[in-house]
Amino acid sequence: MLSASETRTQTAIKVENVSLTYKAPLERRPTLKGRLSRKEAGFRLIEAVKNVSFEVHKGTVMGVMGANGAGKSTLMRMISGILPPQEGRIEVLGRVSTLLALGVGFNRDLTGRENVVLGGLAAGLSREQMLAKYDEIVEFAELEDFMDVPMRAYSSGMYGRLGFAVAVTMEPDILVIDEALSVGDARFRRKSFDKMRDLCTEERTIVIVSHSLGAIKDLADEAIWLDKGDLKMCGQVDEVVDAYAEFLGVEQEDATSKEDV
Amino acid sequence: MQSVIEGERSTGAVAQGSAGRTASLRRIATETSTTPAHGLKARREDEFNTERHVYEPHKVGLPPLRSYFRELWKRREFAYEMARTDMRAQHLDTTFGRLWLLLNPLLLAGVYFILVDILRRGKHVQPHYLEHLVLEIFAYYYVSGAIRAGARTVVGGGKLVLNTAFPRLLLPLSSVLEHFLRFLPTLVIYGIIHVAAGLPVGPHLLLVIPLVILLTAIAAGLSMFVSALQVYFRDLTQFLPYMLRLWLYLSPVLWTVSQIDKRGLHFLVWINPIGPPLVALSDLVIDGYVPAASLFAASAGWAVLLGLIGSIFFMSRERDFAVRL
Repeated sequence: MLSASETRTQTAIKVENVSLTYKAPLERRPTLKGRLSRKEAGFRLIEAVKNVSFEVHKGTVMGVMGANGAGKSTLMRMISGILPPQEGRIEVLGRVSTLLALGVGFNRDLTGRENVVLGGLAAGLSREQMLAKYDEIVEFAELEDFMDVPMRAYSSGMYGRLGFAVAVTMEPDILVIDEALSVGDARFRRKSFDKMRDLCTEERTIVIVSHSLGAIKDLADEAIWLDKGDLKMCGQVDEVVDAYAEFLGVEQEDATSKEDV
Repeated sequence: MQSVIEGERSTGAVAQGSAGRTASLRRIATETSTTPAHGLKARREDEFNTERHVYEPHKVGLPPLRSYFRELWKRREFAYEMARTDMRAQHLDTTFGRLWLLLNPLLLAGVYFILVDILRRGKHVQPHYLEHLVLEIFAYYYVSGAIRAGARTVVGGGKLVLNTAFPRLLLPLSSVLEHFLRFLPTLVIYGIIHVAAGLPVGPHLLLVIPLVILLTAIAAGLSMFVSALQVYFRDLTQFLPYMLRLWLYLSPVLWTVSQIDKRGLHFLVWINPIGPPLVALSDLVIDGYVPAASLFAASAGWAVLLGLIGSIFFMSRERDFAVRL
């Protein structure tokens, strides 16, 4: 067994000079008819992530901050292997469980149970692994009466609760959580925050994306700050959060988001 | 803005030069007191019990194929579960659902039989035309159903495509699997008709298996192709039914090869991917002889060609899906 300090020296996520630019179509709904009737298809080039490098060590909780459109979600998708980078290299050690902006529930016609099982199978877990964790997921999400109901009938809070429950229950080596701290009602939020804190105190690698600076300061050890695709700052959580808060204050005279847990 | 980073860099343990492989990371390196070289060694030793993923830019637009297909195979249970769940959502697991599964193609065969009967004014040159029609309709609807449903899979995958890392080829392939599971019971129905009509039964019928496999490969290839295309042209599913209907009329389903041979239209069989396998199926099952090797060769050729085009097109576009949905 490695001691805690030795574990921390191992790199869990290594992001090296990663960039991603993509073309976003300007059409509301891309169609063949539209393509044929217009001379050229409009695109906007979006430089989502520009030459970003950082490392997350094993057992570290890393907070990710930045305004809307800063490239946070794109970066999380790349770490999760959903979007391959265009340039650079990402190395991830361990099984990643992703909770990106309310993950499960891809097919609203299927029941909660079916969505959970299919989501797990797609993520590469076996049916046995899913069934072993199933009750725990349902219990945490407090959706016992809704698991056999098509997810069409779920409220957005219920969606979020189920997604959060799946991600934190699967005991991944690396947990990526994207703006999921604010799902459900106040009580469930408290509960997920407590769960997060439990997970953070374990020797587990976690990447949290949140607009709540208070939550990041509370949970994370280190933080990165993204701005329009650039890595602006990277370091100890207090310093980065303070710098970011100051930046927000300068820019919009509004630090209310700091108290937003 | 730049000054913030510079400020960061000038503080902290820049002295740990070896740690600074990634420039902006030096502060983290300071926190971990041991040297990174040690960390690297420990990681290598750890590789036996952890999964290691490396994500790099795709070369020539394709993901690394070996690991792609290894991941795909690892998730075969997903395809099966997805197919079953989809059928359950359509209530195909209930008695009436199953009945409908059998009744639907039979009714279609009935409709087309009457249609052809009217067009021919009751004169059927061909013996066992009805059996031919039923068999070919079943096979055709297997392929076209898989393509039609497959087209929607990627766009319909929504959040799963956005938020989960998995080989997306599983989506159209699970829809092919679903239609294969729906096709099997119709084969039993055909079997009953076959025996009732007194058509020959023998070991030669085993050749149906490779023909069904080739039809499946053709269906899979086209299904992968249209499901990727659907991401870029969302109105494709509106055109698709017309194209598939046209395809039905151009395939040896409502007519037989001997009828078009008289008019010198035999080429229609070869330029149609499902032409050769459907002709072979009719030769084998209805007429009871082993079809010409050229029919098998052409079927296999189409299957390989469409399978390659479909999967390569899909995989080369796959990276794009998450930002297009």
